[in-house]
Amino acid sequence: MANRFTVVTATRTSRAGGVVLLVLLAGLAAGPWWLGRGDMRLAVEIGSMLALAQMWNLLAGYAGLVSVGQQAFLGLGGYALFVGGIFLGLNPLVCIPLAGLAAALFAIPTAALVFRLRAAYFAIGTWVVAEVYMLSFAQVSALGGGSGMSLPADVVRGIAEDAGGRDALIYWCALALAVGATGLVYGLLRTRHGLALTAIRDSEPAAESVGIDNARTRWLVYIAAAFVTGMVGALVFLSKLRISPDAAFSVVDWTAYVIFIVVIGGVGRIEGPIVGTIVFFVLRAFLADLGAIYLIVLGLLAVAVMLAAPQGLWGLVAERAGVELFPVRRRLIVEKEQQA
Amino acid sequence: MLIRLEGVTKRFGALTVADGLDLHLAEGEAVGVLGPNGAGKSTMFNLITGGLRPDSGRIWFDGRDITRLSPHSRCRMGIGRSYQIPHPFAKMTVFENLLVAAAFGAGEPERAVHGHCAAVLERTGLLAKANVPAGRLTLLERKRLELARALATRPRALLLDEIAGGLTEAECHALVKTITAIRDEGVSIIWIEHVVHALLSVVDRLVVINFGQLLAEGEPRRVMADPKVREVYMGLAAE
Repeated sequence: MANRFTVVTATRTSRAGGVVLLVLLAGLAAGPWWLGRGDMRLAVEIGSMLALAQMWNLLAGYAGLVSVGQQAFLGLGGYALFVGGIFLGLNPLVCIPLAGLAAALFAIPTAALVFRLRAAYFAIGTWVVAEVYMLSFAQVSALGGGSGMSLPADVVRGIAEDAGGRDALIYWCALALAVGATGLVYGLLRTRHGLALTAIRDSEPAAESVGIDNARTRWLVYIAAAFVTGMVGALVFLSKLRISPDAAFSVVDWTAYVIFIVVIGGVGRIEGPIVGTIVFFVLRAFLADLGAIYLIVLGLLAVAVMLAAPQGLWGLVAERAGVELFPVRRRLIVEKEQQA
Repeated sequence: MLIRLEGVTKRFGALTVADGLDLHLAEGEAVGVLGPNGAGKSTMFNLITGGLRPDSGRIWFDGRDITRLSPHSRCRMGIGRSYQIPHPFAKMTVFENLLVAAAFGAGEPERAVHGHCAAVLERTGLLAKANVPAGRLTLLERKRLELARALATRPRALLLDEIAGGLTEAECHALVKTITAIRDEGVSIIWIEHVVHALLSVVDRLVVINFGQLLAEGEPRRVMADPKVREVYMGLAAE
């Protein structure tokens, strides 16, 4: 009697979820025709945060790299936009991928430094490096020094002549980045490199002894995350039109909030950052007027979730209901062949 | 010669865990390793697989000096290992544990290794557990997973570290049959084991290690009869 084997990843809920997601995406892609200007600006923020959260989740949740210094690459990407747009005369939209490239380039020496550190020391190291980048940019008077600079109107007009057209293009860029970042993580996890990341997270020595190059795998993830984070940086400051070292390299805006999102939603799950982003913006809509109390509530909520549901809100849902929107699990199906 | 250790020494401070070890493994051979706890047996495996770097001496695999190579490149060359204390990829399923080992260790695309991994699960008796997260396995199943995952990398040399402990007589017999079959397929084996009768029914040659040094080596029955070995292994040799 011989057995036949098939390997499947999709589940019934994931197929249904996939259809719903596609419909949702089509609706979002048509956003400029049904969303108001304010809503579109909010959507750009949401898309940016989602892309950042996906990258932080990839780093911490899959590669075990708890970085507290992703603002370094966000800021670098933001400044790359201003350098490209003002000094090189490039179209700001072209600057977005170039900003990603610039951030990835800076990530190489940064990685050489911080990868010497482990665990908590790595986290602190990344933060320190980000602070160094901030202090360095504050020294460059051509970029406005500590007080920063604005994107001149003629550069902005390079995107599109009218404000409506500019808003639509920036909106689509944000949507593309959010979808792209999610797709990147999902695509990666569906390859053998995704298995390798999970293996490294579960046991470093065993991963090495089955042929996985741990250091190289982590390095590639770190560079890829810097690339996407840099692009988000360019987009964020393209919609803000003004940059300063404090805003560009803000640990609260670009790392603390992002960690909150991922922890609330669920670390190590693709759905986690999506759920976390929704929760974050809903809370902000209701509590932002309360000032400092808003931050206290965020902090308390994060602590509560970490204690009560360490796997995050999506983790709770997934475990109770067995739902998976982005299935990565390879299931082996054995079919016994009857002998004639 | 597939594996050769030449005067390999490793010290942790004042403690010498490998003291001028010379050892070899021929192509297609099965060598058993005995020695009291703390004799340096697992250390020797870590030196061969690259988890530890020797302070002096050289290690060769298939004629290549691998003394400075990383563990992952040694695995890709064909050295597979099991850990004495299982190191499963706990959040991945049993099948995925093998998939990742086969895809990286054997260096093949993931789609090409599905059949190979399923076959390894079948021969190691883990097929029924294929889709269970490895973290939920019992200790004995985890030990079997160690063997299965090492096999998934398509090793030329297989290093087994105490995989028979705690098995019933019948399970032990099945394990011996599996390992004999693996050897008959041309895989060279070094097996560290305290279950002496299981070891003796498989290996061609026996090596006894004590205090990081080679105490005795040779034809299994002659080694077991050696007075020095009987002294170290008093209780076991008398059985």
